[in-house]
Amino acid sequence: MLTNPIPERQALRTLPRSGAHLAVRNLSHTYRWTQTPVLTDISFDVTPGEIVALLGRSGCGKSTLLHMISGLSQPSAGEVVIDGKTVTDSSPRWVFMFQSPSLLPWLTVAQNVAMGLKFTRRSFEVPQRVPEVLDLVEMGGYADRNVQDLSGGQKQRVALARSLAPKPEMLLLDEPFSALDAFTRRSLQSEVRDIARELGLTIVMVSHDVSEAVRMADRAILLDSDPGRLVKDVAITLNERERKNSDGRYHTELKTVMGMYSAIAGETMGPVLD
Amino acid sequence: MTDVTSIQTQARAMRLPKLGRVRVLVNAVIGMSGLLVLWWLGGRYVASNPNMMAFTNFAPTPTLARLVQMFASGEVVDMALPSLSRVGYGLLYATAIGVPMGILVGRGPRLNEITNVPFQFMRMISPLAWMPIAVMLFATWDAAIIFLITMAALWPILFSTAAGVKRIDPAWLKVARNLGANPFHMLFTVILPAIAVDVLMGIRLALGVAWIVLVPAEYLGVSSGLGYAINDARDTLDYSRLAATVVVIGMIGFTLDSLAGLLVKKFNWMRGGH
Repeated sequence: MLTNPIPERQALRTLPRSGAHLAVRNLSHTYRWTQTPVLTDISFDVTPGEIVALLGRSGCGKSTLLHMISGLSQPSAGEVVIDGKTVTDSSPRWVFMFQSPSLLPWLTVAQNVAMGLKFTRRSFEVPQRVPEVLDLVEMGGYADRNVQDLSGGQKQRVALARSLAPKPEMLLLDEPFSALDAFTRRSLQSEVRDIARELGLTIVMVSHDVSEAVRMADRAILLDSDPGRLVKDVAITLNERERKNSDGRYHTELKTVMGMYSAIAGETMGPVLD
Repeated sequence: MTDVTSIQTQARAMRLPKLGRVRVLVNAVIGMSGLLVLWWLGGRYVASNPNMMAFTNFAPTPTLARLVQMFASGEVVDMALPSLSRVGYGLLYATAIGVPMGILVGRGPRLNEITNVPFQFMRMISPLAWMPIAVMLFATWDAAIIFLITMAALWPILFSTAAGVKRIDPAWLKVARNLGANPFHMLFTVILPAIAVDVLMGIRLALGVAWIVLVPAEYLGVSSGLGYAINDARDTLDYSRLAATVVVIGMIGFTLDSLAGLLVKKFNWMRGGH
């Protein structure tokens, strides 16, 4: 089913080939009502086409940080700069994906995927573009299906197609696979990496799962909590084969990052299972 | 994965087998026959009692004979049309006021808190209690009746709309905004389709209340409509006509409610009903 990492995808001709450059500059945030600081002085860069994982325990503000990168909410201090421009509002050029696929249940698969194109007055692209991205996520045969009849993994694939349809330059993933079973999760992790590399998409993803970060990301940024701050920035230097087969190098890398994560999280992790 | 989904779809389609539908129909016929028998027994009792000789025309046989005659002469249409028009206008105004207000109340928690008590208070006032005020307020009897029906129909539509808006998944709005939706898209692509079922269920409830309020409202002033026909038949001691009109009211009410039910079913996007 999900065996071929990169099958022939004619689709790619019309897809973008360069991702966005992201710069987070001295970003801090304090919740307005409770005056609780959640993020303090965070700065980092993500180069075009790079996949970066923000790792941290729940409550470290990583999800808030991702919202601010997307422009869905604004930081109290500092700024988010994408391709030289300060982000002030949400844009379909950088698309957010949530833990729940959040498909509109009264629309078909194809109608859900077409949403972004319709909103940005590109309806004329729908007939070509929607089948293209559905093929890309291996949901080509499902265009007219009711989204409520799909499995969790299929729904998340449709959500991915919906995010890719308006040709974004960056994907922001907020633990999008955490509600899926282990098998589906792993195949989607490597597929998203494949697609992003192929399209040159920049990805910033939030996770509390170290193995997910090691499998998918080029870099892991570790955050400490209360208030959230950047503690470590680690390069993950695995090649594609090592990521897929979870071989020796993968396990060494996983152990290293896991060690750093445990030190920050202030607790020892259980045995590494995969 | 595919096989499992298709089996699930088939199972869903088979949930109400043909035999079940036949059984429902047979039981409905049994129920209606029971009602007819009770009516007939009542007629027999009245006929056997010398004190009630004047009321024998309330029995099924004279009533149904008269009903056929009223249908044939077009009298039924003549008395139903003004009533239907009044209910139609009342529902139209109630929807035009209730849906936008329901959306506002459902979207704003503050507005919901402010309006909740006054709305619940107003809802508990019998629409007929407004009768003298309506008569003073409006120049024509027709306008006064439409006002009363609007007052009766407003609350179910408003509350049902607000409840539907509260159930909208905030993630749907976030996704839409991220994909470039403007407020117009939000309303017509997300909010209105999401609450269509709730609005229609509100209209269905409102229709029931409006149809009940209609008859007593038409007792006053006007010289057309079903309520007027009942009063007129009573004054002229034409009891078979009175009973036939009662049957007509039931028939139209039942039909309207069934049609509204079909509409709710058609717009219900939820799998397995509401």
